[in-house]
Amino acid sequence: MKAIAELIARRKRQDRWFALLGLACTLIGLVTLVVLLAGLIRDGHHRLFDPTFYSSFPSARAVRAGILSPLVGSLLLAFVTILMAVPLGVAAGVYLEEYAPRNAWTTLIEINIANLAGVPSIIFGLLALGALIYGLHMERSLLVGGITLALLILPIVIVTTREALRAIPQGIREAAYALGATKWQVVWHHLIPYSLGGIATGTIIAMSRALGESAPLMTIGALTFITFLPPAPLQKQPPFVNFQWLNSEFTAMPIQMFNWISRPQAQFSELAATAGVVLILMTLSLNAVAIVLRYRLRKRIKW
Amino acid sequence: MAATRTTTETNGQESPSPAALPKTTSSDPAVAPAVCKLEVKNLSFFYGAKQALKDINLSIPQNTVTALIGPSGCGKTTLLRCLNRMHDLYPGNQYFGEIRMNPEGINIVGRDVDPMEMRLRVGMVFQKPNPFPKSIFENVAFGLRLTGMQSATEIADRVEVSLRSAALWEEVKDRLKESAYALSGGQQQRLCIARALAPEPGVLLFDEPTSALDPASTARIEDLVYELKDRLTIVIVTHNMQQAARVSDQTCFFFHGELIEANATSEMFEHPRQELTSRYLTGQFG
Amino acid sequence: MTSVPAAESTQSVPGTPMPGAGQSLPLFGSGRPRWGERAIEWLLFLAAFVSVVVTIGIVAILLWESSTFFRGVPLLEFFTGRVWAPTFEPPRFGILPLLCGTLVTTGVALLVALPIGSIVAVYMSEYAPFAVREFLKPTLELLSAIPTVVYGYFALVFVGPMLQRVFADMPGANMLSAGVVMGLMIIPYVSSLSEDAMRSVPMLLREGAYALGANRMITAFKVVYPAALSGIGSAYILGISRAIGETMIVAIAAGGQPNFTLDPRQPGLTITAYIVQVSMGDLPRGSVGYQSIFAAGLLLFVCTLGFNIVGYFLRKRFRESY
Repeated sequence: MKAIAELIARRKRQDRWFALLGLACTLIGLVTLVVLLAGLIRDGHHRLFDPTFYSSFPSARAVRAGILSPLVGSLLLAFVTILMAVPLGVAAGVYLEEYAPRNAWTTLIEINIANLAGVPSIIFGLLALGALIYGLHMERSLLVGGITLALLILPIVIVTTREALRAIPQGIREAAYALGATKWQVVWHHLIPYSLGGIATGTIIAMSRALGESAPLMTIGALTFITFLPPAPLQKQPPFVNFQWLNSEFTAMPIQMFNWISRPQAQFSELAATAGVVLILMTLSLNAVAIVLRYRLRKRIKW
Repeated sequence: MAATRTTTETNGQESPSPAALPKTTSSDPAVAPAVCKLEVKNLSFFYGAKQALKDINLSIPQNTVTALIGPSGCGKTTLLRCLNRMHDLYPGNQYFGEIRMNPEGINIVGRDVDPMEMRLRVGMVFQKPNPFPKSIFENVAFGLRLTGMQSATEIADRVEVSLRSAALWEEVKDRLKESAYALSGGQQQRLCIARALAPEPGVLLFDEPTSALDPASTARIEDLVYELKDRLTIVIVTHNMQQAARVSDQTCFFFHGELIEANATSEMFEHPRQELTSRYLTGQFG
Repeated sequence: MTSVPAAESTQSVPGTPMPGAGQSLPLFGSGRPRWGERAIEWLLFLAAFVSVVVTIGIVAILLWESSTFFRGVPLLEFFTGRVWAPTFEPPRFGILPLLCGTLVTTGVALLVALPIGSIVAVYMSEYAPFAVREFLKPTLELLSAIPTVVYGYFALVFVGPMLQRVFADMPGANMLSAGVVMGLMIIPYVSSLSEDAMRSVPMLLREGAYALGANRMITAFKVVYPAALSGIGSAYILGISRAIGETMIVAIAAGGQPNFTLDPRQPGLTITAYIVQVSMGDLPRGSVGYQSIFAAGLLLFVCTLGFNIVGYFLRKRFRESY
């Protein structure tokens, strides 16, 4: 009996130690985040609240350098990316989930999407380089950058759409069909509206990923020293909107940060840290929005 | 008797008290054996705020088969899972009262009694066969290793003995290293029985063990239960009244968390004392 | 798959009556031509097909552009050469140093991410109280939301010097610091998928172990973990794939010279960082040096393709058993 009691005591100690270990490992994430942010802020806080940082172009003189063009570039890029990836991805997701028959072709498409989701981002850069820049002789423009990133996040949008659609109970579809709706009507009037929340959450996360990507953009040659903004889309003469900005060369936040890191002088290291803080704030806030959205969705819609 | 309250958050240890004298069952003269293995005294059980068992008093004699019957939700499975402290796995559950195990004299649901220790003495076979993702041999050896047994020969011997007791040895002796999932449903359930038998518990609990099986496997397992009672005390929950009649010495009828009637099986089925019992037995509800 | 199967008959639209049934048209969608539905279905199919086009495009471009390269460089030298020096006279193109770089950084990253990720998964799935899970899990997920450039900076400016205090002779740019930071980034990938896999294991299996007197740790590692193995395997593979494909962290923190070594304390260059290096450089298009990035990319693609396919089938097998 004593032996049994000892055995059990040992087992419970084991459990306690592991619980501690598990908690510690989980906290590694939090600790890393805190240390990283703290370090960045320590190094980069000097010009963080200086408005000229946000209104100046990058410059060879560290004192005058700012993130205007990279910031605008990132935002425009994000806009183009979303515009292309979301309709395409949602359409593909709807097809795969609601229309596609269960056969070898569909499985092939599924494997393909699973693979694309795991392809290194730089390969997308190579694709754009070879197909668009060399193949179609396009400029190293915002449009090409947007296409590249759109293709990069496309698999994420597709998977997110499929999961959001899967969460809708079959009963809703059956009720709509029973009233005589066509498939497309069911999709357009019921399924897409109900899954919008899930799709939005996934898209926001995909967006934050795209914002942080630099490798594919650098591969297509997004120049790292851009001291101008793309031409404004709105203009005074008719037709009041132009698309020249799509064709413009550009830079983006992560690219600029990389550029500054590569310079040996300490002031540029500081600038890099400041840019890093801004970049992190952008991506983390997007992720936070997505998490909150997901949480509120889960509370609101209870199938 | 003062009610002792035990919540599932506690994990205590208790050194076993000196063996109590065997008691005779005074409440049920129809139940013959002199030694009472388990005594349930004023047991109440709460799932959070909901009371699932109301003041249960029951004696379970040694080396017998006791069947717990009743309609869905009556508390029979709840009582069964109190006997090996399974409720401790989920937060918010509370035991009131006591369950004495003799001759060790331990209160199974005692605040200072360790659930892990109890489960070494009280085994369980579940409704659906749940073999581990391991070989047949390792499934049976799992419980043995938990008791601290280390000698390979001893383990191999005990595995064979357990598999024989579960009437499975002849069918698997040549493929002990194969995955347990290669067995049929009935075989898997017998494997689970062997697994539960290996550490030689004093009590074996069966939670509707044949509800997921075909009639042939059901019959084999019922035979097993009948054979095993010579060595163990068995409590079996079943929703099948005929099974209770075939297999058990004592039958207890539950309804809405209360023990309505407990009696020798033949007595219970032929002359039920309560009207509710007779209505249940004749299939008027449940 | 939640779609209602299309009727095999002449009508492809469910819910509308058969011709000649003598019933009136439904109020919903009455008068909508059948071909509208077909057209929509085709459009949606094309959208899904874009993904196939993309993959074909990737393979085609990589093959096409690296054909120039392989005309100038024999395959044997590419795969077995130990020197990668595109700017030498004559230039040498042995991929082994770049492979070493990828291997070492991936190895270090996995040494960090796999154990920690697995422990976190077991803890979250079997031990953690609700509050811990709800609050700490998002912080781990945020780790994967940080841009890789920022991680690169972190590796170069913080982790590197910290490690230099442990390894005295290590240069500031080394594969160890890049690998460690990469590992930190990958932890949530591993832990999240593994945890999902373990949570899917039914409670009945755990109860079987607990009923025999097991404690949580034995149940977690000897019963739940093996039961979830294919799901956990796919999580590991996701981590591997991610590590192989990582670019910026190594470009910033691991140094810029190809190095045929397995010693993580030295600087190195991975396949991915090399591609970025050349893209930002002056090599003219069409030159062997420039086209080498496509050859390197081809190798990279094939490697991750292999891992991704294995991961897909592992995930599928896991979902089928639970």
